[in-house]
Formats: sequence, structure tokens, C-alpha cells
Amino acid sequence: MFDVLPPALVMVAGGILIGVARGHLRTLFVLGTPLLTLWAIWQIPDGVAATVGFLDYTLEPVEGNPVRRLFATIFAMMAFGGGLYAYRQAKWYELSAAYIYAAGAIGVSFAGDLITMFLYWELMALFSTVVVWCGGTPAARAAGIRYAIMHLLGGVILKVGIEGIVVHTGTYDIQPMLATNFDTWMVLIGILINAAAPPISAWLSDAYPEASPTGSVFLSAFTTKTAVLALIMLFPGEPVLVGVGLFMIMYGIIMALLENDIRRILAYSIVNQVGFMVCAVGIGTEMALNGAASHAFAHILYKALLFMSAGAVIYRTGMHRCTDLGGLFRTMPITAICGIIGALAISGFPLTSGFTTKTMISQAAADQSLVFVWFMLAAASAGVFLHAGIKFPWFVFFQKDSGLRPKDAPWNMTAAMVLLSALCILFGVYPSLLYDLLPYPVEYVPYTAGKVLFYLQLLLFSGLAFFLLLPLMKRTQTISLDWDWFWRVVLFRTARGIYIVVALAATTLQTGFDSRAAALKKKAEDAFGAGTGRNGVFARAWSIGSTALWIAVLLTAYVLFYEIDVAM
Amino acid sequence: MNHDTQNNHWLVRPTTIRKLWWGFYVVLALTVLAQAFVYIKGYFTIDGWFGFGAAFGFLACLAMVVFAKLLGFVLKRDEDFYERQKDERGDDDV
Repeated sequence: MFDVLPPALVMVAGGILIGVARGHLRTLFVLGTPLLTLWAIWQIPDGVAATVGFLDYTLEPVEGNPVRRLFATIFAMMAFGGGLYAYRQAKWYELSAAYIYAAGAIGVSFAGDLITMFLYWELMALFSTVVVWCGGTPAARAAGIRYAIMHLLGGVILKVGIEGIVVHTGTYDIQPMLATNFDTWMVLIGILINAAAPPISAWLSDAYPEASPTGSVFLSAFTTKTAVLALIMLFPGEPVLVGVGLFMIMYGIIMALLENDIRRILAYSIVNQVGFMVCAVGIGTEMALNGAASHAFAHILYKALLFMSAGAVIYRTGMHRCTDLGGLFRTMPITAICGIIGALAISGFPLTSGFTTKTMISQAAADQSLVFVWFMLAAASAGVFLHAGIKFPWFVFFQKDSGLRPKDAPWNMTAAMVLLSALCILFGVYPSLLYDLLPYPVEYVPYTAGKVLFYLQLLLFSGLAFFLLLPLMKRTQTISLDWDWFWRVVLFRTARGIYIVVALAATTLQTGFDSRAAALKKKAEDAFGAGTGRNGVFARAWSIGSTALWIAVLLTAYVLFYEIDVAM
Repeated sequence: MNHDTQNNHWLVRPTTIRKLWWGFYVVLALTVLAQAFVYIKGYFTIDGWFGFGAAFGFLACLAMVVFAKLLGFVLKRDEDFYERQKDERGDDDV
């Protein structure tokens, strides 16, 4: 049955043990589990490594191939980084939930069939909701409920699609398909909801910023990237994804530009970055899929790093608005430097991991002569530097002197940030370390003089635009309406409207019913005799003896009929 | 802003900021001028033009900032927008 140790189960066990253990033993589980999981991941050979019978199905909970191992590896690395960052500050139940959430992501990575994938998918939805709730505020509670509703809805849509595929084709293997009929569309939509594609994208920017400073680090890593992996495995080359991806890229930039909450800026830039990956999956060539996979890998590292930097600021100051922060570089230099490294990496600056992966996607678009896509990606690269690359560090660490003089991050948070910063630079300087893990052979050379110069021009002049246009970007104490306005306001008002109409109709009908009811009541009184003082047919008192007799008669008749039925 | 150089961090003194701007301008000029010596392969003709990356980056950002600004007039609300929605309907959830 199991030839190998399933990595997801190692992670689940670790998550449970974190809840049971105390003190140093818990620390050991927090830091040791991801490493053991990482070891287990690299024991998985190519092909199906385990099967389990379930109802009439033969499930394949563990199936290996390079892209699955790549994603599982980064999920486990991320759990380690997040665990190191969080273990002295986070509550045990947050850590426990975050690890089981990570286990769900690793489980999806190795799921050999749609049913297993769905089970781990829901595991992620449940435990990520718990992580959101660990924010501990009334806002976090409400956002968690909205988050859970969206993901359970997405799960139902995915399930409808999977059921349809199983019933209509008889296979539940994970294999490439295109959105050509109802079933495959449902699967695609279910996955895209988790990828934060429009219009169901607002759950991400709604929920992630409400989690605790440590919780949002975990949240940033798993759900959307698991969806990217699912798209790579199920929908490579699906043309719809190119358009969806481009929309996500631009939407993320524009919404982040409007935002005042530092973690919401980062949340929107997740949508933006996942847009690059979704677009690449849509292009679907080997180069594009390599680009999507490697960009997901690099993205998890630098986005977690950015959330760590923001988390450290919030942990030390308790503030999360650009308008309240500023000038923190004085007393939080390490957090600032790590934040800047993350910001340069997300912008795809040469010598960072973002450059070696994002340019691969642009190259794939150029190779396919997708003119519009290429220019949009180039504009978006400039936009990323604008909305995340400069905006985040500028408003948090520089801008104005807010008068805040917090201490720098605690040592374990610092250690996690330094570790991820080092990885962001390592994969930028030695891209072959990452390229060797990719699903297809890499013939791409990121560092040519022309490419580096082009991106330096693009990015530095975006920087010039940022500082010249600063007056236009003055932060205001506002929020911006997003798609969630449709369900938090429009849907609610519609529901209330329907309720009022129904209530009105009910009152009108009531008056009509009342007169009929009076007539019915009269008849009932005749039968039951209630309220009239005399006994109606059904209301007379019967002795227990006669009741028992009648039951005996009925039972006898039943046995008789049963015997006759059997005899015939 | 406090212009007392005693209290100001060296990085935020006006003299430093002026120097930083000059340094930035020099670097910007160099990245464009370098194209005289480094060949940028254009995939679609115009992206190989002299200084295209610089102009495209700047104009793309300008367009996005202006678009975001205009969209802001439509989408921006006070921070307690959703709380007020809640008060209006008198419940405490979702």
C-alpha cells in the first residue's frame, strides 16, 4: 500500500504534536517537522508511490514528479521559515493549524487523483480559516467567516466538476484537460477561486490582513500557489487563463496603489504575482510552465519575507496603516533591509530570485509572438516595482518621521527574515539551483547584458515616476471598495429586499388565510372536539387495553402479509 | 519636518536628499546611455529602440498612477464604511 512515508501525513502529525507538546519539545516539533517532511518529499520517486482503496475507487494519495516535488519542497521550506518566525510569538493553536494547513498544500502537491486532491483541498480551507481566526479580533472573526464561505463555495464548485468528470469519463486521474464542457469549467472555476481570480478575488485582501502578524506569513504561501500547481497539472495551455492572468496582474497593481493598510498592499500584490503565473500556465509552452513553477517558488520566498517584515513592524508598533507609519529605518534597520530585499525580489531586480523567474514568463510570451501579452507583462513589471517594490518600504520605513521608535524584530523573527533574504539572493545569483528542479529542461539564460539593461531601464524609470508622482499618491485614511462590496452590500441588500417582499406577501396572504382558517377550525372542532366541551371522534379517551388490542391486530396483519409475501 | 541637523538622521537631511537625487539622475542617465554600447534584442521591433525600456517604464507607471487616482474617486470610502453598513442593519456578523 505505502512504499513511502507520505509527506503530508508527517506534517499533519507534526501539527498535532505541536498542540500536545510543551516547552522545548514543542520548539523541536515546530522546527523539526518541516525538515523531516522535506526529507520525506525527496524520497518520493516519479510515478504512483502509494494506493488506497476507498469505496469503489483506488486512490493514489502519493504520486511523484518533478513539478510536484518542487511545490512540496517550497511548501515545506516555507513551513520551516514561518515556524521559525512565529514559534516564540504565535499561540500554539495558530502554529498547529498553520502546519496542518501546510500539510494540506503538500497533500495536494502529491495527490495522484482528483478525489485525494479534493480532500486535501478542503483540509487547507478548514485550517486556513482557523489561522485567519487566530487574528483574535472581531474583524478577524467576521473576515474568517467570509473567507470560509468563499472557500467552501469554491470547494462545492470543484466537487461538482470532479463528480461530473468521474461520472462522465469514468476516470479521476490528474491529467491535462481544457475547459470544454460543464464539468471541466466547474473544476477550472473551483481552482481559480483559490487562485484569487476575479471576481471572487476579494477573499484574499479581505482576510489575510486580519490574521495575526505571524498568521499572514503562513497564509501568503499556500492557498494561491497550490491553485497554481493544480492549474499547471490540469489546465496547461488553457487560453482563458491568459486573459484571467493579465486581469489579475493589473487589478493587483491598481488596487494596491489605492491601499493604505500595509498588509493589504502585500495581499493585492499576491493577486498580481499569481496573475503572472496564471498567465504563464495559459501560454502553456514548456518555457511558460517552467516560468510559472519557478516563479511560484521564488514568489513564496519573497512574499513571505515581505509579510514577515510587515508583521515585525505590526508586532512592534501595533500599527498597520501607511499614514501612521514612517521613518522606522532608524530603529528597525534589519527589518527594513530584509523588507527592501523582498521588495527588490518581487520587482524582479537583477541578482534577485524575481528576475530569474519572472523574465522567463516574458520570454515565453515573446517566443509565442504574443505582442499584447508581452507589453502588458513589461508594463506590469514596472507596476510591481511601483506598488510593492518602492511603495511598501518607502511608506513603512522612510516617508516621514512618524515619531515611532520601536525596537527591531525579536531574534527568531530576524533569523527567519535573514534566512529568506539570503535565499532570495541565492536563487537570483545562482538560478541554476532552481532551474535544475524544474519540470522541463531549461534552455533559458536570464543574465544577458541586453536583458539586464532593459530591465534596469524599466525599473529605475518606474522609480523616477514614483518619486515624481508622490503628490498623487498621498495616502488617505480610506479603504477601497473591492468585489466583496457585491456580497457584503449588494447581495445583503438584495436578500433583505427579498425578505421584505416575502414578508409583505405573507401578511397579505395571512388575512386571506385567516377567514379560511376560521372555517377549518370549525370543522376540526367537530372532529376533535377541542374547545367545545364535548368529545370529538379523535379526542375521546380510549382505554389502554383497547389500544393494545388494536396494535396487536395490526402487528398480526403485518406478519401475515409478510409471510404471504415471502411465500410467494 | 525638523531641520535641526542635531536631531535628524543623516539620511533625511536635505543636503543628503539632494545628493541622493543627483546620484539617482546620474544612474538613470547611465542606464540609457549604456544602450549605445549594449545591444538590447527587440522581439517586436520597437522594444529594441534606444531608451525604450526607460520611456515605457515611466509612461506605464504614469498611466497606472493616474488611472488608480481616478478610480479612487469612485472606490474610496471611509475606513468605517462596512461598520456603518452593519449598524444600519443592526446585526453584528458578516
